[in-house]
Amino acid sequence: MAGMGGRMSTVIKAKINKLLDKAEDPSETLEYSYQKQMELLQNVKKGIADVVTSKKRLQLQQQKLEQQVVKLDTQARQALAQNREDLARTALERKQFAQTELQSLDQQVAELETQQAQLIDKEQKLRSKLEQFRTKKEVIKAQYSAAEAQVKISEAATGVGEEMADVGLAMQRATDKVENMRARAGAMEELEAAGAFDDNLALGSGGDDIDRQLHELTSQSAVDDDLAKMKAELGQGSAPAPGELEAGSESAPSEERPA
Amino acid sequence: MIVRIATEGQFHLPDDDATRLNDLDNQAVEAVEAGDEDRFAQLFEEMLELVRRDGTPLADDELEESDVILPPPDTTLAEAAHEFTGDGLIPD
Repeated sequence: MAGMGGRMSTVIKAKINKLLDKAEDPSETLEYSYQKQMELLQNVKKGIADVVTSKKRLQLQQQKLEQQVVKLDTQARQALAQNREDLARTALERKQFAQTELQSLDQQVAELETQQAQLIDKEQKLRSKLEQFRTKKEVIKAQYSAAEAQVKISEAATGVGEEMADVGLAMQRATDKVENMRARAGAMEELEAAGAFDDNLALGSGGDDIDRQLHELTSQSAVDDDLAKMKAELGQGSAPAPGELEAGSESAPSEERPA
Repeated sequence: MIVRIATEGQFHLPDDDATRLNDLDNQAVEAVEAGDEDRFAQLFEEMLELVRRDGTPLADDELEESDVILPPPDTTLAEAAHEFTGDGLIPD
């Protein structure tokens, strides 16, 4: 073929040809190769299933945290209604933490979802590629048994060998991606299982850990805001925004309690 | 001529496209050498587009050796760079 000196395609072609040289008699290895690729495809499917499982576990944790947020909010309200601002504050601090964790979980789940969709797409493409390979394999086997001209057979063998190498390459790349994904999903789960979330939700968790202190600093103002809002809703003391929510005296005993 | 997009499939491509493909290929390699990710992605995509648009897929029972083989469509710049220096995506 004249004129094809592009470096990228030349390098790739040389490498594929190198693979071909190693496969002495493609027809002999055809069946084996096909079976092998089918097995590998099962591995890819298994990998996707594992990623889905990880995602489901994270989603479960998501739900638990969502419930936790609601529960802590209710508890803060109850505490405030009974003039236990200290307790209310603690509950709101924990709620803040749960919300932060929830945000990061949301992100992780969304990321897993995108990648899962990509993997499924890959798996389907591989499947149809294998199907193609199966057809080519049958063609060349038929040619062998019909003992056609040696030249034609060896040409066809090269064609099918190239296909074999290409299926192998596609499978290898998909397997790598799935493995990578499986490892990452597993790591997310492990982090969650190690109680990265639960620890910090424990009452009075005396954290001297820097991260937690920094987090508390930034979440403090959010807690103050929450508290002020709740007070306003309950019709209690130092309402910060006069006129905003002049909440009717629904549930609250309206004893003034300066913050 | 017959062009294969690795991991995707083979196409019959009019010989007239050879020069254009060749040209894009060489530019893509230059982009790899310059470490220009956007340019590489754009040129490589153009190559794939050319083959998919002008080419006709080979039938499943056509057994032909390819004249040209392009890297897998999801090849990254890092992989391409590696390809020209080391083992590359297909082990030696």
